[in-house]
Amino acid sequence: MNARFRILLPIASLAVLLAATFYMQPRAMSYFGLNLLFNLAVPIALATVAQMMIIMVNDIDLSVGTFVSFVACVTATYLNDAPLIGALILLAAIAGYAAIGALIELRQLPAIVVTLGMSFVWGGLAILILPSPGGTAPTWIRTIMTVKPPLVPMAIVASVLIAVIAHLLIMRTSSGALLRAVGGNARAVARSGWSLVRLKAAAYGLAGVFGAASGICLVGLTTSADANIALRYTLLSIAGVILGGGEFTGGRISPVGAVIGALTLALAGSFLSFMRLSPDWQIGAQGAILILVLSVRLLFARSNRKKGAAQ
Amino acid sequence: MATEPLVVLSNARMHFGSVRALDGVDLSISSGECVGLIGHNGAGKSTAVNLINGGLTATDGDVTYTLPDGSTATGAAAARAAGVRSVFQELSLCPNLTVEENMRVPQRDLTGAGWRKRARVRIAAALDAVFPGHGIDAGAEVGDLSLAERQMVEIAIGFSDGPVPARLVILDEPTSSLDAGIAGQLTDYVRGFCAGGGAVIFISHMLGEVFDVATRIDVLKDGKITDSRAVGDFTQQGLIDAMGHVASEAAKQAADPNRIGDEVLTTDEGLSARRGELVGLSGLAGHGQAAALARFYLARSAGRGQVRNPDVCFVAGDRVRDGVMPLWSILRNVSLTALASMTRFGLVDREAERALGADWKKRMGIRTDDMGNPILSLSGGNQQKALFARALASSADIVVMDDPMRGVDVGTKQDAYAMIRAEAEHGRTFLWYSTETEEVCQCDRVFVFRNGAISAELTGDDINEQNILAASFEMQGQTS
Repeated sequence: MNARFRILLPIASLAVLLAATFYMQPRAMSYFGLNLLFNLAVPIALATVAQMMIIMVNDIDLSVGTFVSFVACVTATYLNDAPLIGALILLAAIAGYAAIGALIELRQLPAIVVTLGMSFVWGGLAILILPSPGGTAPTWIRTIMTVKPPLVPMAIVASVLIAVIAHLLIMRTSSGALLRAVGGNARAVARSGWSLVRLKAAAYGLAGVFGAASGICLVGLTTSADANIALRYTLLSIAGVILGGGEFTGGRISPVGAVIGALTLALAGSFLSFMRLSPDWQIGAQGAILILVLSVRLLFARSNRKKGAAQ
Repeated sequence: MATEPLVVLSNARMHFGSVRALDGVDLSISSGECVGLIGHNGAGKSTAVNLINGGLTATDGDVTYTLPDGSTATGAAAARAAGVRSVFQELSLCPNLTVEENMRVPQRDLTGAGWRKRARVRIAAALDAVFPGHGIDAGAEVGDLSLAERQMVEIAIGFSDGPVPARLVILDEPTSSLDAGIAGQLTDYVRGFCAGGGAVIFISHMLGEVFDVATRIDVLKDGKITDSRAVGDFTQQGLIDAMGHVASEAAKQAADPNRIGDEVLTTDEGLSARRGELVGLSGLAGHGQAAALARFYLARSAGRGQVRNPDVCFVAGDRVRDGVMPLWSILRNVSLTALASMTRFGLVDREAERALGADWKKRMGIRTDDMGNPILSLSGGNQQKALFARALASSADIVVMDDPMRGVDVGTKQDAYAMIRAEAEHGRTFLWYSTETEEVCQCDRVFVFRNGAISAELTGDDINEQNILAASFEMQGQTS
């Protein structure tokens, strides 16, 4: 019951913001306008899904931003110049992510500390690969990201695709149920004879896959990379998961909600530009929007609880 | 009926550091048997259960399973292959998953296309078989179910069809959240399950239930099985004696008139208590007793700022929710309410804290070799003792107890009753909410709640099960 209604608030938030944007700037209500509005939301959505994988197992990942930056740098250099080596580097990075997950579980380390440390590692590697902004996007990703499907712009198609894939993977498959179970009651999972180390490694590995996809898509849009290109993705991705109806603990997450949350955050940026708000104020204003949505959610939760108590 | 044992423990030992949780246990369970495993907390019940289901590996000795094909094996994988299932006391469902998704955790064959549908069929069949008329939707999220419904789901998963059919189901306090009718359905099902060749280990602190369902009762004491007889050879009194604690059910002293002094509290609902009095709150679960306690307690304690000498203290029954600080040591858990009186210049006087801890360790008989150990290293009953110590270490005159004996064994209970009586002699007043009538009967005065209001006030010889039940149920026949 509750789970089905949880998705309504993110949808409503996005709809309200979209309506406000269209009201401010009616010309955005077009194929081209929509693509422009949501273009940069695609890598953010992927990073948000990556973050969601970690939050799903009751951890939090502070290295998403630098990891995406690192992947972007690899994509703009090795993946373009020597695709095989580039692909190997990315695979190794994903394996590294999985290994971090295993380490966190094995040694019972706080994920927030380990991933904070890893954020400096990824950031350092990114600077080593690409000391100054530059590089070139591989033509194939450039082609994919600029494709113009009929009727609906690429950004929307890609977002729907990401949401559907993540939903099937996490909400529908039996392995996805098991991963969510780790967030819900890790002890029960361990008691049934599953290896928590492997499950956490799998969750972190999935996060690595989506993080890598985010970095590749980002380069496809920007055509070049920079070691600091996606630093703000860390906080955006956390905000996106929460905005999408996810919770920090208990394995309650929603892949579809996470993608919608990412779209909402991306749209908030454009909306504030349309309001001619100076970029200096935008981050603060984005935060205000986030607080507003979360307050509404809290009010809903409270009235639900009251209703439950009355019964 | 097959008689070859499903699982055999031979001289099984389990040591955690210097603590010998199990000290050479021989136990064998055959199909068709329902074994009642009885013992006070810390006697090794949980450890024995975890050895049998493969959750722990014995430090010494063997745990051997007979697989369905007749061969024998050891280890956690063998426990699963032999059809050993456990239903734990503290709920082990994932609240964020639906009922059918929860099946995925214990059942490994639920993979691939259509796994959800197969899970739904299995859990629905099990729920229908164990709890006819349950009304639980397999697609509902477990977090949205009531506590009783969750426990029903958990039990049904234990008995459900799976890759290996259930052959030995371990039920650890399965009825703690169930009402009598549902618990009756369970005991009926268990009897049928055993008659059909299954085996059950039944652990419960409600001796009546154990006598009702078990075919054999094994008594665990200090890590050993000290007695094992067919159920007909035991009496409830004999069983309590066998557990090593002197039963004092009937030893309710006549209320010493000098003990009880002036009235110390009254509430709007009509609840009142006098100095040195044990006041019981009773009635059917959920009829306002716990809420009345909480209202009273919060009204007296929820001020701003630190209170050096609180006049009310609280003993939690739901240890996980409002009792223990799981990351703290036993000592810190105990000293929590007394902390304000041990503070000098805003810093905690460590020496005084240690002395307090040592004092209460002795007075409560908390079983640990070091009060600096984490609280979770204690068994449930000993954690509860620490919570009693926390409340009593304060100078408060009124002690509010929210069903403090929940899931606590008979031995610890007897200790606690004695301690409560002794504290009452010293002039402390106890407000005691309990779900067990037998406990309420220890009180000097009992308020029975019904539909959120007090329906009866019983004193002296009027306090007995019949009167309490009558006051709990009286109106229901007339209004409906």
